[in-house]
Amino acid sequence: MIEFLRRLFGQSGSSATAKERLRLVLMTDHLELAPEMIEKLKADLVDVISRHVEVDRDRIEVNFERQDTALALLANIPIISVNRPNGNGRHGNGSNGGAPVEPVSETAPAGAVVEDAVAVEAPAPKKKAAADATPPVRKRRRRKKHAAASAAAAPTPT
Amino acid sequence: MHQTQAVEHETEAAAPARRLGRAIVLTSGKGGVGKTTTTANLGTALASRGVKVVLVDADVGLRNLDILLGLESRVKHHLLDVLEERATLDDALVPSKHGDTLYLLAAAQSREKDDVETEKMKALIETLRERFDYVLIDCPAGIELGFKNAVAGADEAIVVCTPEVSAVRDVDRVVGLLGNRFRPQLVINRLRPALVRKGKMLSVEDVNAILRLPLLGVIADEPDIIVTTNRGEPLALRRENPTGAAYHAIAARVAGEDVPAPMPPLSKPSFMERVSSFLGGKRA
Repeated sequence: MIEFLRRLFGQSGSSATAKERLRLVLMTDHLELAPEMIEKLKADLVDVISRHVEVDRDRIEVNFERQDTALALLANIPIISVNRPNGNGRHGNGSNGGAPVEPVSETAPAGAVVEDAVAVEAPAPKKKAAADATPPVRKRRRRKKHAAASAAAAPTPT
Repeated sequence: MHQTQAVEHETEAAAPARRLGRAIVLTSGKGGVGKTTTTANLGTALASRGVKVVLVDADVGLRNLDILLGLESRVKHHLLDVLEERATLDDALVPSKHGDTLYLLAAAQSREKDDVETEKMKALIETLRERFDYVLIDCPAGIELGFKNAVAGADEAIVVCTPEVSAVRDVDRVVGLLGNRFRPQLVINRLRPALVRKGKMLSVEDVNAILRLPLLGVIADEPDIIVTTNRGEPLALRRENPTGAAYHAIAARVAGEDVPAPMPPLSKPSFMERVSSFLGGKRA
């Protein structure tokens, strides 16, 4: 009853606001205090993406941006080349157990040079999502070419 | 409940020769959350258990602990006098008016925090640990040299936090700076149960969902605290007062006793409260 009246008079507790602000501010604080973690994240991100496409390691930008109710990870990763798909594409980009991956290099066919970016974004709620919509990390890739792994990128799992 | 029995309280960092007392720093990052009040009350409550307690005011330049204990007129020498060997420790230790096992080492008022040498401070705390069961260090606000000096000699920390965004954020930062060595424990101060109930103040759960620290206890925001501060008589002297009792429970927990963390009751709203919240409670 009291709750109902409260809602009726527009009194929603400010403690909820406090909680939300606190959560966000601490996330940004923690990121600010951990630059080495961001570097590591950057490197990991590039390693994962490099399994599929060749990226320009020198021009990668990773930023955290506060959006109204969430913290977003924004990565801008220029792609140098994408391998020609061989066979029926969708499989066999073997995850090679976390070992560092050589980025695809000269072997890329000339025609496949693409200058585009892979954008990885975390939660921004309003963005229409790709597959797994569960917060806090949602990934959406523009121009996701599932190039089957080249010999250099990953050993074929056969 | 006197010295002999009290000395039996185990301290983990025991030196082989003589058991050293525990050096606990009370800190918070943010100012005005009640570090000094907590130090005075916790010290008073611990001393009433019969153990020897010294309260060290490390807030050089802004001495206050003497006021809360009502000892301001008795301070003749201070921390820096001892550190710079102008006075002996015995000259500088001020016995409390209440209980004969509580002492104060006041801060210098006319000096600055940067005047304290970290190594000397460390050595002094070590000396105090040889003589007292508890050395409570009242840390200045901030995370600069004053904080570092206050923390230098301590081996445990109690962080004091109010249910406010800024205070929680600062405690989070301080806990990060302290690292694992101090095993920080939490006192939530100035909680206003009526506001928590109405959803206008962060609750104990809200605060500790973020800080995730062992909770020593929760102290309500109470007019009695102000009154006792005015008089220079810590509320912990009055066990019959709920807040005074809460400090005793916290002291018991600090001493390792298995008693529940004191928590002000979030009692049901009174009829008048309902009426006023109905009429005037639009502003959250």
